[in-house]
This record gives sequence, structure tokens and C-alpha cells, in this order.
Amino acid sequence: MKEDKSFLIEELLKIQEKSKLHYIEPEEIPKIAKIFRKSPAEIYGIISFYPRLSTNPRGKYLIRVCENLPCHIEGAEEVVEAIKEYLGIDFGEATPDGKFYLEKTSCLGLCAIAPVILINNKPYGHLTPAKVKEVFRGYMEGEND
Amino acid sequence: MIDFKVIGEPIILKNARKICPEDIEKCMAVGRCSALKKALTEMTPQQVVEEVKKSQLRGRGGAGFPTGLKLELAAKESADVKYVVVNGEEGEPGTFKDRIIMEDVPHLLIEGTILAGYAIGASKAIVCIRCDYIHAIERMQKAIDDAYKKGFLGKNILGTDFSFDMVIERGAGAYICGEETALLEMIEGKRGEPRKKPPFPPQKGLYGKPTVVNNVETLANLPFIIKEGADKFLEFGVEGSHGTKLFSLSGDINWRGLIEIPFGATLREIINLAGGIRHGRRLKAVILGGVSGTLVKSDEVDIPVDYKSLGVIEAGPGCGTVIVLDETRDIVDVAENIMEFFKTESCGKCRPCSLGTVTLCKLIHKIKTGEGTVEDLEKIEKVSIGMRKASFCGLGQTAPNIVYQSIQKFREEWIAHVKGGTNV
Repeated sequence: MKEDKSFLIEELLKIQEKSKLHYIEPEEIPKIAKIFRKSPAEIYGIISFYPRLSTNPRGKYLIRVCENLPCHIEGAEEVVEAIKEYLGIDFGEATPDGKFYLEKTSCLGLCAIAPVILINNKPYGHLTPAKVKEVFRGYMEGEND
Repeated sequence: MIDFKVIGEPIILKNARKICPEDIEKCMAVGRCSALKKALTEMTPQQVVEEVKKSQLRGRGGAGFPTGLKLELAAKESADVKYVVVNGEEGEPGTFKDRIIMEDVPHLLIEGTILAGYAIGASKAIVCIRCDYIHAIERMQKAIDDAYKKGFLGKNILGTDFSFDMVIERGAGAYICGEETALLEMIEGKRGEPRKKPPFPPQKGLYGKPTVVNNVETLANLPFIIKEGADKFLEFGVEGSHGTKLFSLSGDINWRGLIEIPFGATLREIINLAGGIRHGRRLKAVILGGVSGTLVKSDEVDIPVDYKSLGVIEAGPGCGTVIVLDETRDIVDVAENIMEFFKTESCGKCRPCSLGTVTLCKLIHKIKTGEGTVEDLEKIEKVSIGMRKASFCGLGQTAPNIVYQSIQKFREEWIAHVKGGTNV
């Protein structure tokens, strides 16, 4: 096997980062398949393997919450419930206006500030249900846009 | 920002957050890249391998494989191209040591990686960093760019005939990609499923070429070993475990963060360095080496965290993750949380792991909700043993570790959850 000039996973991440809704748009698949001499089916197979990659539109703000042990100990469950209640969505769902999308993630390596969530990769730590409301208010009112 | 402490003389975190890694001049002024100069001008690649072997450095990613031996195996191979792969796909719950190395001492990692490349005769390094580590990626990229400008990377490094390139490839968040052959698959642009071993990466690795895959912390030890010599490195730690170790501390302790400490401290001492158990509670257990590691009961915490002492109880320091549980924690709840993680992260390649994790989750949940029987508990033990023996790679083999040990060490708590059991 020969070394490729670029890395497929890196390229897929770059394509996804261009999308405002954090996903790989369907028309991109045949293009990238051609460059890497793979079939579109193979590309779908690869995307579906990696948790950070998605072929489904997510939201303007991608919320990722960790529920692994260090966060779990610090009360991640209550924080997750508060987010779900505040936004009215479950995991794998977007708010009707497409602004927020909620997703589970595995450990983010921010255990010293657990429980932690990421909103478009920006970390929010030491969360409590009360603090969740504060954080989201900023996004609701467009202050963080 | 994650806090850290250094106990004694540091090898890895020396100058971390004192000197900004974005200023390579300042880093060089305190000795950065002097090990590289020494190796390239005064030592042969064989001498570098010998020095690392002499230091008895063991891999810091979890398995603890002797680093010198790994380098020697790859160095012996003759091939047109060889690679060094830096494993920065840190994902073990409770672990954040590699994040801090990449964010705060990136030049140390780069120097160690070039040394490994020189030792085995490689021409290229691929640094894999999970895409969530945005700050680490930025810092590493800046440090790599600066290293090129200073002539530490690229063609004819420091005027010698050794040339070496380094690129970053981001990982897309799969825990399995911390397994070395799965990581190679990812770099090759495939699904990150582990490969059959042998052949091992030093023989046939990336694109079928000899490759050493090393953890970030392991490589960050090399500059010290080359500059100060293996004898100095051997002064750190205890017999069989030399140097320092980074421990990621989280859970029910007063101070959560990273510590660098020479090998030899006991778990109790480490907990005390983190200010002890919070809220004045008592210790229940410690999860050592990550959720795939060892469950250490409160009466066992006087064991020193080194390879030899822990070897007696068939454990190891792993990646140096310490998750502390206080007396109020329900062991069945902890076991369920851990197994949910492995269910999510099982790659699906082999049945013992993909089906085993799902089965264990179901059984643990059944017991947790009071619907389980003693037979279910026995089934958990059986499935755990089966997974350990039959899974294709380390993920499935170690996934049931904590669950199984929790049944051995806290059986009365499990029994209390079983249907008709008495509550504690």
C-alpha cells in the first residue's frame, strides 16, 4: 500500500468544518471518494465509524455532553436532564429552529473540571443544572452568536 | 484550564507554564533541542537505542512495553521508509496527561519524536491528536512550524545527513484508535479496526512499513534520557519502574488535576497529594489505570504504584489514571457507567466484544434496577471471562476488568441489588 498525499480522516473533518450544521453534505461524498480512489459506499462506511463525523445535519450549535465516570461522579446526569428539559430535545435531536443539537460524547479529557459539555468545541466546566440555564441563555439571546 | 502539580524534580513538566511554548527561542534557551543536537552530532542511532534500552523506559500509554526494545525491533528492519507514529488519541475516561504535554510542552514531544525517528532510521512522523484537543493541536502545529524554521525538522537537520518530517493528523474521536494498529488503520484512511498481530508494527506497520507507535508521554521522556543519560534517569523511581509518571486525578478528591511524581509512591500518598477524600468522607475504592484498569479497594491502597508491586496483583499503573470513589458510591452504578462506555466504544469487529459489552450492560442494568437474580450475577462473571479470553484486541479483553473485579471485591453490594436481596 502506498502513502497517500493527505489523510482521509483529516480531509473529512475539514469538509465537515465547512458546514454550518456540522455534517458532511451528501454531494461531497462522491468527490472525496474519487480523490481517495474509494467507492462512495466505503466513504459512508468510514464516516459512520467515527463518532465525530456525521452525514446527518446537526445544528448551528453542536452540544456534546460527557457522561463517562469522572463526569458521572460530579453529577452529569442532572446536568444532562437540565439541558434536555431547557431545550426540549433528547440525544440525537435538534431544536425545531435547528439552532441546537444534542449529542453524547465519550471522555473529553477535561475531567478536572467535570461535569463538562462542549458547545461548538467551547468547553463549559463545573456545571450544575442552574449553571446550564445561564450558559444557554447567552446562546438563546444571541450574545454568543 | 487543568491544574497540575510537580512532586520532586520533573522530567516532563519542567518549565511547563513557566515558559510559553509559542516562543521557541525561550524554550531553546533553557535547553530544548539540546538532546537532539547531542544525538545527531555525538551519537549513532544504535547508541540512542542502547541508551533508551539502558534507561528501562516503559511505554506510558497503558501496556508498559519496554520502549528501547520497540525501537530496536524497528531499527533492525531494513526498509526504504520507516515511520514514527505519535499516539495522541487520548480517550481513556479520566485521562488528560497527553493533552497537557501537547499544550504546555509541545517542543519536548517533538524533540522526543525526532530522537525516536533518528534511532530507528525513520524519515517521517505522524502525530495523531484527537480533534477535540483544539488547543493542543494549535500549540503542536505552531511548535512544528517553528521547529522547521529553526532547522530541527526538514532536510539535513543541523547540517547532518538526517532528514525528518512531521505532520499532524487529527483523529475523529474513536476510543479504539488508541490501540496502535487501529490507529494505523485510521491514518491509512480506513475504519479504525485493530489488525491481527503478529506482524507487529515495528515489522509491518503504517502502509506495511516498519513503524514505532508510541504514546505522547513515552516520547516526551526521550530528550531527558539522551541529554542527561540513562544513569540519571535510573535514579528516578524504584527498581523496575524508572523515571516519573504523570497521574490524572479525578473523582471524589479535594484537588483534581495532573501530578508528575517519580515512580514508587503508594496510591494512598497520591490521594493525599490530591488533598484526600472530599467532604470528610471515607475512601471506598480507586479505579487505577483507567476504566479498563484495576479496581483497588480501600484496604489495598498502600500498594506502591509501580510495575513490580502492582504485578503481584496482576495489575499495572496503566496510563496513570486515578479515579477516586468515596464511600457513598454505588459500585453497581459505577460498573454500569463503565460498561455503557465500552458498549459505545466497541468497534464491532469481533463478537466477544461487541455482543459481550451489550450483554453485560443489559445484565448490570437488570441488577441495578432490582430485577436481577444471582444467576444473572454469575452470568456477568462468565461473560467477563469469555470476553477476556476471546476478544480480538485489548479493548474487549480489558473492558470487563472493573465489572468483574467489583463482583470479586464487593460481592455483598451486588447481592444487595439482586432481587430479594437485602439493602445496605
